[in-house]
Amino acid sequence: MTKRVLLGVVAIGLVACAAYASFYIAPEERTMGAIQKIFYFHASTAWAGETTFFVCFLANLLYIWKRKPQFDWLGVTCAEVGAACITVVLITGPIWARPVWGIWWTWDARLTSTFVLWILYICYLLLRTLVDEPDRRALMSALFGVFAFIDVPIVFGAIRWWRTQHPAPVIMGGPGSGLEPTMKAVFFFNVLAMHLFAAFLIVERYFLEKTKHDVELLRQEAEAR
Amino acid sequence: MALLSRAAVLLGKEVRTEFRSRELLSTTIVFVLVVVVVFSFTFDPSSNESRRFGPGLLWMAFLFAASLMLQPCFLREQVNDTLSALRLAVSDPFAIFLAKISANTLFLLLTELLMLPVFAALFNVSFAAQLPGILLTFFLGSLGISVVGTALAVISAQARMRELLLPLLLLPLLTPILVVSTEVTIRLMQPEPYMEWKGIGLMAGFDVVFLTVLWLFGEYLLEE
Amino acid sequence: MAIAGRNGSGKTTLLRVAAQLVRPTRGSISFCGGADHPKPQIGFVGHSTMVYDELTAAENLIFFAKLQGVTEAKTRADELLREVGLEDRKDSLVRTFSRGMRQRVAIARALLAQPSLLLFDEPATGLDAESSAWLTEHVRKLRDTRCTILMSLHGESPMARLATRAVRLEGGSVIADTQRGAMLQSIFAAAGC
Repeated sequence: MTKRVLLGVVAIGLVACAAYASFYIAPEERTMGAIQKIFYFHASTAWAGETTFFVCFLANLLYIWKRKPQFDWLGVTCAEVGAACITVVLITGPIWARPVWGIWWTWDARLTSTFVLWILYICYLLLRTLVDEPDRRALMSALFGVFAFIDVPIVFGAIRWWRTQHPAPVIMGGPGSGLEPTMKAVFFFNVLAMHLFAAFLIVERYFLEKTKHDVELLRQEAEAR
Repeated sequence: MALLSRAAVLLGKEVRTEFRSRELLSTTIVFVLVVVVVFSFTFDPSSNESRRFGPGLLWMAFLFAASLMLQPCFLREQVNDTLSALRLAVSDPFAIFLAKISANTLFLLLTELLMLPVFAALFNVSFAAQLPGILLTFFLGSLGISVVGTALAVISAQARMRELLLPLLLLPLLTPILVVSTEVTIRLMQPEPYMEWKGIGLMAGFDVVFLTVLWLFGEYLLEE
Repeated sequence: MAIAGRNGSGKTTLLRVAAQLVRPTRGSISFCGGADHPKPQIGFVGHSTMVYDELTAAENLIFFAKLQGVTEAKTRADELLREVGLEDRKDSLVRTFSRGMRQRVAIARALLAQPSLLLFDEPATGLDAESSAWLTEHVRKLRDTRCTILMSLHGESPMARLATRAVRLEGGSVIADTQRGAMLQSIFAAAGC
């Protein structure tokens, strides 16, 4: 319990520091002004979300192979935290775009692909609510998770090719491109902080899932008597 | 190869069953027609607009139709537990998938080919010059839809709200197919049509990737 | 071997695990005592008929015969249809068959590839007296061909008495076995169906 509390304290502390760094340490960007600083939060959360989805994919593969419920818990946990990260990305993107470009949304390659990615993981979570039997649910969602993860690079590739046919405004350049050293440092600090925060959320959610499972077991034992 | 011959036997049964009743094919064709007509109310189907929106509309109609048509594929194997009989009879479960995918691709292609002249007439566009290209695009697209759709049909057959779940799971996964096939079809319908080989490559790649994934994970999909 | 037990004792699961349709959560199966022994030809007759309603009896059997790689599929199908007494209805859709006739098609399907292991899951359920008697006689013939038969049964019956060994399951475990001294009658009596 203390390790988890420690992780939580460190994670939240780091996020607070990262926010401070973004606002007060990083210099203001020449053309866009203060609103650009949302980029630190936006892009670092996106990276954390992508890492989480990769862990989800590994958990899915491990479940299919080993059939241990722990991998199923890890899978659903990562999918939820990942979906939450991407939700933040999809909200902060338009908040950034509106003052800068005057539009809330643009069907640029990255944003569109991210939207599809988000939908895929919402589908994963929805699928889980629709299969009642725990073993079936775990296996079916793991298999869908594998399909979804393998599809993601293809989606990004296809949409990027599609956008080259129909050029449109791009929300922002690649993270780290054209960033001066202080900005880069702040950015990577944010990445670290968001990853740690995501890890904290994953740990807490995992134990919630484990407790749900234990309670269910107890309930079944009680009913059997 | 035993795998292919088993798949061929199963494919024969699928096709024979469908052509006996033709209920799936006829319902799907009418559905595509309805979708095309209804969607065309949303834009002015003059020649220019048709060229821009037509292909997207066509592929959307095919995708929606496919997501409904793929439903019965494994549901009908649940009725008398014939899926267990198939699993017992065939040593490699991939044969079952190969057969179902081939059957679904065939039915989709038939629907698309029947719709093509109707679409051409409704929107005053001509496909005659680019027929081979169109056929290749339709084939690769239908194959992609069938591969992913057949796999997801197994998953949704085990869930509640399966009529809604299959389209819900299928459409996001098929985004690459929709995007790329629409682009390729637009190119083929232009006044100076040309074959977008990069798009064809992307579609073929999608098909190969997901066939491989299904080959690797298919037996787990069919587990009880 | 007859398998008795109440509903939910694990009879169907046991048979489906033996057929390798279901993966066991723990433990393993071996055939003929050896883990490396190749999987034998298995015939399975379950709760459902496992045949297609929209095909005829003949079409079903020819299809499954070809699928299992049986040579001369049509001949084998005709042979089995004669054996189960459905010769004159072979070109009727299975949809039109009675429960007893469907059971016969199911058994014919299970026998197509000349299995050395036959698994029956409560085969007499829903059968009238005539079909039941026919089934008992058929099982006796199969038993006499030295084919291994595992059959789950609800209660004592002429078919149960054909068994050379009987076990009773409860909660997924074997709690009585004629090979360990239990009496056949007690195995079925206690099942209380």
